[in-house]
Amino acid sequence: MNPTSGASSVLEVRGVKKIYATLTALGGVDLTVTERSFHGLIGPNGSGKSTLLKSIAGAETPTEGTVGFLGNDITQATPAERSRAGMSLKFQITSILPMLSVYDNVLLAVQAQDSMLALLLSRTREPLHHRIMDMLVQFRLDYRPDELAGALSHGQQQWLEIAMALAREPKLLLLDEPTAGMSPQERRATGKLLAPIRERCSLLIVEHDLDFIRDICDTLTVLDQGLVVDSGPTQIVQNSAKVKEAYFHA
Amino acid sequence: MPPATASTSKRRVIPWIEGILLVLFLLLPLAVDDFWVLFVTRAFILGLLALSFDLVWGYAGILSFGQALFFGVAGYCCALLATKAGITSILVLLPVAALAGLVVSLMLAFLVILGKRVPTTVFVALGTLTGSYVVERLARGWSYVGGQNGIPSLPRLTLFGHEIAEGPVYYYFALAILALIYLGLRWLTRSQFGLVLAGIREQEARITFFGYHVQNYKGVVFAIAGLIAGISGGLYAFHEGYVGPGQLGPVLSTQVVLYVLFGGVGTLIGGIIGVSMIDLFSYYLSQIWETGWPIVLGLLLLIVVMFKPTGLIGFLVTARERVGSFGRFAPELKDAKKPQAAATETP
Ligand SMILES: Nc1ncnc2c1ncn2[C@@H]1O[C@H](COP(=O)(O)OP(=O)(O)O)[C@@H](O)[C@H]1O
Ligand SMILES: [Mg+2]
Repeated sequence: MNPTSGASSVLEVRGVKKIYATLTALGGVDLTVTERSFHGLIGPNGSGKSTLLKSIAGAETPTEGTVGFLGNDITQATPAERSRAGMSLKFQITSILPMLSVYDNVLLAVQAQDSMLALLLSRTREPLHHRIMDMLVQFRLDYRPDELAGALSHGQQQWLEIAMALAREPKLLLLDEPTAGMSPQERRATGKLLAPIRERCSLLIVEHDLDFIRDICDTLTVLDQGLVVDSGPTQIVQNSAKVKEAYFHA
Repeated sequence: MPPATASTSKRRVIPWIEGILLVLFLLLPLAVDDFWVLFVTRAFILGLLALSFDLVWGYAGILSFGQALFFGVAGYCCALLATKAGITSILVLLPVAALAGLVVSLMLAFLVILGKRVPTTVFVALGTLTGSYVVERLARGWSYVGGQNGIPSLPRLTLFGHEIAEGPVYYYFALAILALIYLGLRWLTRSQFGLVLAGIREQEARITFFGYHVQNYKGVVFAIAGLIAGISGGLYAFHEGYVGPGQLGPVLSTQVVLYVLFGGVGTLIGGIIGVSMIDLFSYYLSQIWETGWPIVLGLLLLIVVMFKPTGLIGFLVTARERVGSFGRFAPELKDAKKPQAAATETP
């Protein structure tokens, strides 16, 4: 696989098509996310952003095309295999486990790396404790770790899910509209919470809030009707005529 | 979503129920006659079968209508060894029963659980039901294992040459095995492995994106449950003194489902309560109305299953306690380090 512009690529999506019966959700998408970059994905509703993220994570199988991750072709890999290879995600629909405590939600996410035997013997319960608490502190969820996750506010549930995804120390984090339904303050806080992860992992984020994207993303891809309209450095792309036509004035 | 308050996580009822039942069961033979000792011994043994079903359905979300299959095959294996080879030592027969249950459940797991695609609940239910049905029919037609009549007049189990006679001796024996397996499952379901099971129950699809191979977890749980059903089947055969095709089939498989639904799914103790209560009700109802009692029992079961999906135990135990707590803040680990120490004011 060809590294683009010096930095090695983490994710390489090539010619991915996804056809649902008669509807073409993705019509042959190319996308590259380089190491330690924050990559924004924008486009009108129904343009295929979630479908693309799902195809990358393995929740959907592309009808055509390939997905490369850290130099391996993972097009046929199961979600579990992709996750173990270093991919973490937050779906558009928040899916924490409401009947488990906040702490146990994160424990469930991080202990996934351990063997079944280690889990049977509860061998990593103690060693993982600090990592979990660190994560909860970072996302301001540490004040009641034994609270039921379902009792958190909507914004906190989104943070919890990001915390769960990040606690696994992924190489690539996929976030689908993480700030949907958040207050402006919560949005700003989310941006601040995500900034430091750049040192450890790349981010591919779907987001409607363009100010948010401008603040944190280096590169930007614009989708419209399942096709890439434009892609490149954030400043350039967001000002391009094609994008303005397809997205901002659509 | 039920509101989480500090008190819901602290008021724990299940340990009390467990303690009270244990004391009750330990003292019972001192207070009742032989009929009831046999009656309750049978409940202990079927309680094991109920634990086995609760483990697969209540903890791993596998709707198995085949638990009797493992129970029955284990019973037949032991019965054949006892009658054809003269082996009666429990030290041989109990492991054989466990192994038989394990092997058969692994075979069934490969057919209905461990396929390439994630099987639906209905597929698993029908698959296990079919397995149970087919093997019962086979046993009915196979003269080597006694056909319709099964294998009657089994010898007694022995331990170092001493017979384990039905009555108080068998009673305490069965109770000890039930308690041991119960403790083992309690430990298993509260471990980090148990947390994965809780995740599977709540959001099976989500868990795979953390990197869990959910099918493998289900396979392991199904096999453990098969092993327990096998032990139950072996104990049952020698307690009743015979094995028959009915011990393999869908009727018993379904009865176990009802025991657990009635008592309360996903609590372990609920299955034990379900067996005791249903058997007691059946007994008293049959005394009152000799022919029609199953109708009354059926209505009673229906009412509980429809209006109290959490079973009888649901009247006492909160959802929070049933789901449990697994990490550092689990009640068992709490006294080690007070979580309040971490409490910091948030803006
Ligand atoms: N499971 C599905 N079956 C059929 N059509 C789908 C499915 N998922 C998404 N679509 C369609 O694919 C298109 C892209 O959807 P989606 O990826 O969710 O868009 P976005 O996230 O950009 O809003 C939409 O027209 C949507 O209706
Ligand atoms: Mg979407």
